Amino acid sequence: MSLNTNDVKRIAHLARLAVSEEEAEATLVKLSGILGLIEEMQAVDTTGIAPMSHSQDVTQRLREDKVTESNQRELLQSIAPAVENGLYLVPQVIE
Amino acid sequence: MINHSLKHLAGMLAGKEISSVELTQEYLNRIARFNPEINAYITVDPELSLAQARAADQRLANGDAGPLTGIPIAQKDIFCAKGWKTTCGSKMLETFIAPYDAGVIERFNAAGAVSLGKTNMDEFAMGSSNETSYYGKVQNPWDRTRVPGGSSGGSAAAVAARLCAAATGTDTGGSIRQPASLCGLSGLKPTYGLASRYGMIAFASSLDQAGPMAHSCEDMALMMNVMTGFDERDSTSLQREKEDYTRDLGKPLAGLRVGLPKEYFAEGLDTGVAKVVEAAVEEYRKLGAEIVEVSLPNTMLSIPVYYVLAPAEASSNLSRYDGVRFGHRAAEYDDLMDMYCKSRAEGFGAEVKRRILIGTYVLSAGYYDAYYLKAQQIRRLIAEDFARAFEQCDLILGPTAPSTAFKAGEKADDPVSMYLQDIYTIAVNLAGLPGMSIPAGFATVADGTALPVGLQVIGNYFDEARMLNAGHAYQQVTDWHTRMPEGIA
Repeated sequence: MSLNTNDVKRIAHLARLAVSEEEAEATLVKLSGILGLIEEMQAVDTTGIAPMSHSQDVTQRLREDKVTESNQRELLQSIAPAVENGLYLVPQVIE
Repeated sequence: MINHSLKHLAGMLAGKEISSVELTQEYLNRIARFNPEINAYITVDPELSLAQARAADQRLANGDAGPLTGIPIAQKDIFCAKGWKTTCGSKMLETFIAPYDAGVIERFNAAGAVSLGKTNMDEFAMGSSNETSYYGKVQNPWDRTRVPGGSSGGSAAAVAARLCAAATGTDTGGSIRQPASLCGLSGLKPTYGLASRYGMIAFASSLDQAGPMAHSCEDMALMMNVMTGFDERDSTSLQREKEDYTRDLGKPLAGLRVGLPKEYFAEGLDTGVAKVVEAAVEEYRKLGAEIVEVSLPNTMLSIPVYYVLAPAEASSNLSRYDGVRFGHRAAEYDDLMDMYCKSRAEGFGAEVKRRILIGTYVLSAGYYDAYYLKAQQIRRLIAEDFARAFEQCDLILGPTAPSTAFKAGEKADDPVSMYLQDIYTIAVNLAGLPGMSIPAGFATVADGTALPVGLQVIGNYFDEARMLNAGHAYQQVTDWHTRMPEGIA
């Protein structure tokens, strides 16, 4: 699998990371090295092997449908970059 | 005082030989003296620490003390601690004051432990040298020109330099064990699911696990008793009976079957490290253990598998940093999309961005089966390797890291070479098994410096008490874990 700088820019856009032309080129070299490492997996025959996401045989717990969170609006908004009247401020998205 | 065990310190506190305030002040003085160079802590807040120490002294006076009440420890800066700046080693969280406590922090608070501060780490725990921290490199106390390992490098350096009595770390691919090995201390990554991940800033959720870093296995057993246990707020927390991890300490090792994986003693292992590990195995033989050879044939695949799974999970976890509700926001931007892209590009460092890009790529349309699914399938093969090995032995011994501490800057520009640092540790995370590193001696490197070497002990699921006893028995007949670097007296 070989990447080019346009791929890097496309992936960066999907990841919402601004990347300059020079950064894309430098990143390409490093990413290609890492992808080369990852390619070693392709030599393994994994037909019929169940994928593993957790070491223990566990199922998702359910909890009672009741309110567990308290209202901490002021505390939580005190660490926000921009708030006004209890609302988070972002650039205008609707004309 | 700085070399006493946690048990001894607890005895001094209980016997009123010293107060928690005095003990905490002693460590704060050491931090003020040594931290400007070693840089083990990102945040120290003497007022917060001393307030906790005063509360601990009150509990001691009231006869309401537990084994860690009043003991000053350091918390990796990956744990949210209410009122403390919690950066995760990133510019992204430079101004983030955690509004709540992580599950692990709650447990230490309930136990009356004193927090000395938040320790330095690779940014978002992504690294094996602590060099990706936005808050600067950490020096290895054994040789200040070398790295302490990572990602829990600050915690490791803090314990090694006696800037705390013990510390917490987290381990996704070796981040407790490798720095413990490089800094000459004991570190344990528990079975996945034993310590709460609630409020522990997420890197790769299916692998991340918190654990203790300390001088001895006895200290770690006491830390484990406090920091593990079910937490309903962590969806992968395991519901089990509470264990006493000190229960096996002192049991003889006669008849213990120890497996040596031949793949861990093959090409790639530094000869100086190999000698130390072989001598440690010999010590186990003398203690009565029976040594058998085992095989973990898929070991080499653990690195490619990890560098699919961990970045994939990281790219998803780190999508929360959007500059809206908390964290860094760029000063100037054109529109919402531009704000996201610039805030994230400015807030994350190079290694974190690389991993987000890898993760985004392997999860992008059309690639899921070839990468993420394939990696999860090989992950099962790796776990099955261990299951077969544990039919032949009770514990697995081997090296923790392929080499001793390397020079700062030596691997910083070569991610693949850095990733190979974790060749013996990553498979343990993939399988969800407990793994620990204990000091086993020193290897002299080319420039004549003697550097610590760690012995890795891998156990079967939930076998931490047996592992800690195996380490404890070794520490009763060796003194590697009591050695102290020069220049920190």
